[in-house]
Amino acid sequence: MADMASSANLEGYQPYKKPVFRRLMQRTIIPWLFILPILAIHILVVAIPSISALYYSMTDWKGIGEANFVGLANFKRLFTDDPVFLKALKNNFIWLAFFLTIPFGLALTAASLLAQVKRGAMFYRLVFFLPYIMPSVVTANIWQNLLSPRRGLGAQFTASPVGEQLVKLGMPDLGIPFLGRTETVLLSIAFIDNWHYWGFLTILFLVAMQNVPLELYDAAKIDGANRWQQFLNVTLPGIRPTLLFMLMMTAIWSFLVFEYVWILTQGGPAGASEVLGTYVYKQAFQRFDTGYAAAMGLTMSSFAGLIILIFIVLRKRGWDI
Amino acid sequence: MLKQRREAPAIFNHIILSLLVVFALLPIMVLFFNSVKSNAEIGSNPLGPPRELHFENFKTAWERGKFSRTMRNSVVLVIGTVTSVLVLGGLAAYSLARLKPPGSDGFMLYMLVAATIPLWLYLIPLFILWRSLNLLNNPLGLILIYTATNSPLAIFLLRSFLISIPRELEDAAFMDGANKLQTFFRIILPLAWTGFLTVGLVVGLGVWSEFQIALIFVQLPEFYPVTTSYFAFASRFGRDWALTSAAAVMMIAPVIIFFLALQRRFVDGLTAGSVKS
Repeated sequence: MADMASSANLEGYQPYKKPVFRRLMQRTIIPWLFILPILAIHILVVAIPSISALYYSMTDWKGIGEANFVGLANFKRLFTDDPVFLKALKNNFIWLAFFLTIPFGLALTAASLLAQVKRGAMFYRLVFFLPYIMPSVVTANIWQNLLSPRRGLGAQFTASPVGEQLVKLGMPDLGIPFLGRTETVLLSIAFIDNWHYWGFLTILFLVAMQNVPLELYDAAKIDGANRWQQFLNVTLPGIRPTLLFMLMMTAIWSFLVFEYVWILTQGGPAGASEVLGTYVYKQAFQRFDTGYAAAMGLTMSSFAGLIILIFIVLRKRGWDI
Repeated sequence: MLKQRREAPAIFNHIILSLLVVFALLPIMVLFFNSVKSNAEIGSNPLGPPRELHFENFKTAWERGKFSRTMRNSVVLVIGTVTSVLVLGGLAAYSLARLKPPGSDGFMLYMLVAATIPLWLYLIPLFILWRSLNLLNNPLGLILIYTATNSPLAIFLLRSFLISIPRELEDAAFMDGANKLQTFFRIILPLAWTGFLTVGLVVGLGVWSEFQIALIFVQLPEFYPVTTSYFAFASRFGRDWALTSAAAVMMIAPVIIFFLALQRRFVDGLTAGSVKS
């Protein structure tokens, strides 16, 4: 200590300053410089706009000109004075019900059958995954044609000899414009989106099932469990974390859906397939009701946030999620 | 006897799985069939294999769909995004995996929370911000957005790849006098390239197929990527099933080739984001 104090001139100070600075450089500054570029981009694209969305949602801004602060008026309008929003929200719930059942049923069936198969397993995996990598615009176009009233699958089947017999037995004519009728349009779009989605789920479940210890199945067989009982008591508990996580993700996505609906019908006919995503898009980029659309975007996002919250709470309560 | 009893369920499995194969594959096959049919043939034979091959459909679709321009636009977006995600995300992941500066846990937490923020929350303010920065109708504008939206997944995946690399190799490089940046590019990158390839494929596929952000942030046709351009094309020539099919085949051909060549990496990468370990 005495030495340090006595040599407190520039030359004596230097050897002490340098290591401290170099340590700071090596341990903190340089490592943070590695992180900084991507963090800066992310803050610019996601964080700053997310925060300003809170502000915009409380204004009556129309995209240009002046913005007036209106408090929670936009949110009040959403839930009390906007039948289109409520209709879209209802469609999102129908979408949610569809996607929490149909793709999961398909994928659980396919994955559990595939897990027991050795020959051709790679081929099945490859084929089931293929629709997932198709761009949405292409998938939409393929199915637009396959569901068309005269040349589509339904029309061709109805016109076939088997179809003609079935029509006589009471099967309805399937040569209808599935995407053009208010009663079929939403489920048709969900069907198309599901065609692209179920194979992805299948592969996820398959990977999870392959990690279930084989001894558990052997033990179940010794206890005399049949295949269905093995599925219920061994497979499902074994893949539970993946299953619940994907249920949560799928539920979140159900409130954010946009692409397939926009490409196929833009919410039509007569608003029958309107979902929150298409409605926000119209309000923001076609009607320029910017403040109102921001409030809607915030509301949609809080539905997604609510689902995450439910899962966190269940987890805290001791559910193994 | 025993063998028969084991075979029976397998055959049942194959029957159901084959039906699902038809479900997954038939629409794609019909697309390929119709891309080489004449419109007259599609009228009489909309689903079956073609009787004559009309490869000129591709030339017509290429010209009318302005594919030489839209493919170039999309390639710029893919290369730009993949490069920036791998370089910038890789540097951040390296810092998180090895250098662990004070406060880096906070950065991880930020990325984890950010990964759950839906696009719909920040889309409108982002559009306004991009308009004021002159980044609408601008490839750089899209590359920045794609880089940001892909970065959480890329950083977490790359970090886990980098952690698995033995530390001794880096220490040896440091001893030889390499600095951190040199170590990253000369030692880490060559060893972790499979991880980088996986992330690059996933990000590249995502950007090539991306529709929603491109629809909103690019409104001038000369900057359209393949997806929004195809959307406009299909709305215009919607009745021309042969032409739209040929255009679709050209758009998915690179995806399918990459997928078949590198399927394992695709599947691993695309499922990695969703599987909890």
